[in-house]
Amino acid sequence: MTIDIFLQQLVNGLTLGAFYGLIALGYTMVYGIIGMINFAHGDVYMIGAFVALIGFVVLSTVGVVSVPLAILVVLIMAMFFTACYGWAVERIAYRPLRGSPRLAPLISAIGMSIVLQNYVQIAQGARTKSIQPIVHGQYSFEVGPGAHVTISLLQIVIIVLTVVLMAGFTWVIRSTSLGRAQRATEQDATMAALLGVNVNRTISITFVIGASLAAVAGMMATLYYGVIDFYIGFIAGIKAFTAAVLGGIGSLPGAMLGGLIIGLIESFWPVFFDLAYRDVAVFGVLILVLIFRPTGLLGRPEIEKV
Amino acid sequence: MAAAARQLPPPVAMLRDAALAAVVAALLAIPLLGVRLVDNASGLTLDSRLPLVLYAAAAVFAGRLLLSMGGRYVAPSLRGLTSSLPAMPRNSLIVFGWLLALAALLLPWMPFAERSLIDKLTLILIYVMLGWGLNIVVGLAGLLDLGYVAFYAIGAYAYALFSMHFGLSFWICLPLAGLMAALFGIALGFPVLRLRGDYLAIVTLGFGEIIRVVLLNWQAVTNGPNGITGIERPTLFGLSFSRSADGPTFADFFGIEYSPVQRVYFLYYLILALALLTTAFAQRIRRLPTGRAWEALREDEIACRSLGMNPVTVKLSAFAIGASFAGLAGSFFATRQGFISPESFSFIESATILAIVVLGGMGSQIGIVLAAVLLVGLPEWFRDLSEYRMLVFGGAMVVIMLWRPQGLLSRREPTILLDPKPARAEATVP
Repeated sequence: MTIDIFLQQLVNGLTLGAFYGLIALGYTMVYGIIGMINFAHGDVYMIGAFVALIGFVVLSTVGVVSVPLAILVVLIMAMFFTACYGWAVERIAYRPLRGSPRLAPLISAIGMSIVLQNYVQIAQGARTKSIQPIVHGQYSFEVGPGAHVTISLLQIVIIVLTVVLMAGFTWVIRSTSLGRAQRATEQDATMAALLGVNVNRTISITFVIGASLAAVAGMMATLYYGVIDFYIGFIAGIKAFTAAVLGGIGSLPGAMLGGLIIGLIESFWPVFFDLAYRDVAVFGVLILVLIFRPTGLLGRPEIEKV
Repeated sequence: MAAAARQLPPPVAMLRDAALAAVVAALLAIPLLGVRLVDNASGLTLDSRLPLVLYAAAAVFAGRLLLSMGGRYVAPSLRGLTSSLPAMPRNSLIVFGWLLALAALLLPWMPFAERSLIDKLTLILIYVMLGWGLNIVVGLAGLLDLGYVAFYAIGAYAYALFSMHFGLSFWICLPLAGLMAALFGIALGFPVLRLRGDYLAIVTLGFGEIIRVVLLNWQAVTNGPNGITGIERPTLFGLSFSRSADGPTFADFFGIEYSPVQRVYFLYYLILALALLTTAFAQRIRRLPTGRAWEALREDEIACRSLGMNPVTVKLSAFAIGASFAGLAGSFFATRQGFISPESFSFIESATILAIVVLGGMGSQIGIVLAAVLLVGLPEWFRDLSEYRMLVFGGAMVVIMLWRPQGLLSRREPTILLDPKPARAEATVP
């Protein structure tokens, strides 16, 4: 592998990692706070992608030509509407099941995922939707004799946006009263409730934040790939969950790191091996990590008490 | 919102609540239901369907209002009715189970048993068997397996490939397929069974996807997405069910007229026997040391380890046995369809089987039958709903879970108790 291919795949991998990291944050937060796999999260991401696509079409119909403005408006719109979906999913399917056997919310989540997929399929049609590229422009760097690395403007936007969001998000969790309430609920929901934290609201806000981050990933997917359908949430969801487990579920920096690693594996795999088995590689890595480091890369070991 | 509801008189609070729900529903509906993307020659355009948003909001308003009114005025009187369900004495359940098996045996001879009904029942029985098999893993041993369909696929492909390349008959391949699935179960289970529940869930989910991806791409062996066609049909001690064959056919041997229905009936009895074998096995092994070890490990892993049990081998046996039943069901599926492709083994199948087990009440054999009828049978009968079918299926999964989180017939007390107290049945659910 020459240096230009290496750098090129590194850039592509970082971009992919941004997607997975953003989605993985939603998984890891929800798992941390209520200890369940939010199976419908991948489909919330898919809804984010659809809302963004519809938003772009609306804006172009209205006649907005400024690309940065369009992206900003669509970003806010997608985050808002997708957050509504995240909130509603929690309120309908998970909140009534708090305190019931552990498998019940998981089944309900799988049901919700099926509902969301089929709802979008019926409402928007099963056919793949595609959109013309909106963000143009790319930069080429010479890294050696006759070797070039190309970074598109869109990739820069995606990576910068992700870094900004993750920094802001880390700040929210670390230094605001909301973040404090969230960490308290995560450690001990009953105790937090006794000390005056509104546990239900905190959990709802967790879902809202997770869904809006997934919406950002969805919007970026719409722009980056230009092709979406109602089924994209499933595989992206499993991979993002893999990222969350890889980084250590419940750990926020872990989710970002896990996303990054999954992105890099995905982009470097086709350089060496058969593209068709890329997904196998991702799950293979997951299994290996879990065997040798079951708490994930940054997760705290769990001490079981009798 | 909760604080406000406490101060308002109930009807006003309910109206307020319903109005809020309607607003949320409208917000949810605006972007996805209110407009529809339409493909044009010039690209995507939008088709506005705003009335749908109003209908959705109105429906949610009415639904929420009815629900909260029902919850306040009707539910208290109904509560006694629903809670009496799991309180059914164990003996009557056993009698019911025997009656059910008897009914299943006699059903094809009933006057109303048409071919389509038998076909549907065969399909339901496949899921009943898969549910009973997965129940060994999830219900008895408490291991969450989200990739059960992988073993089903291995069984199906094992039969198809063995019979195609080596010309082995169905009856030799059936145990071989079960063995193959069990081997894969051990190979997967050995490294991952030391993980905690949720990690196990996601690893098995990943394994299911790996198997599907391999089946799709390993063209040389599996023929990729096109699948394998012309899989050999099963015979009854060498008697074939086709119109004419090399050997004697079933119709010739018994001197009756050939009819394609004979094979349908034969397949029905075959899967019934396989399913009953599964449940008989599960019921017997619960009384053996292995089965007791599974249940003990499910209830308290730390206590079991302190008593010197090796949790990995105990879990591994449950995992492998559960997998082998999926393998048997898989080879039946292959021989019934005569055609298999990776499409039949997607995640949705795993989810359906797990939903059947959980819905049935984890550990309850009859609950699984009811759940399979509910989840597989009803959608089959409502095929006319076509595109709404899966939507209804997913919605039903959510609603039933909300209605009975512990399953239709909850029965999770350990088989052996030092001091049998019937009241503990509910309390032992972790």
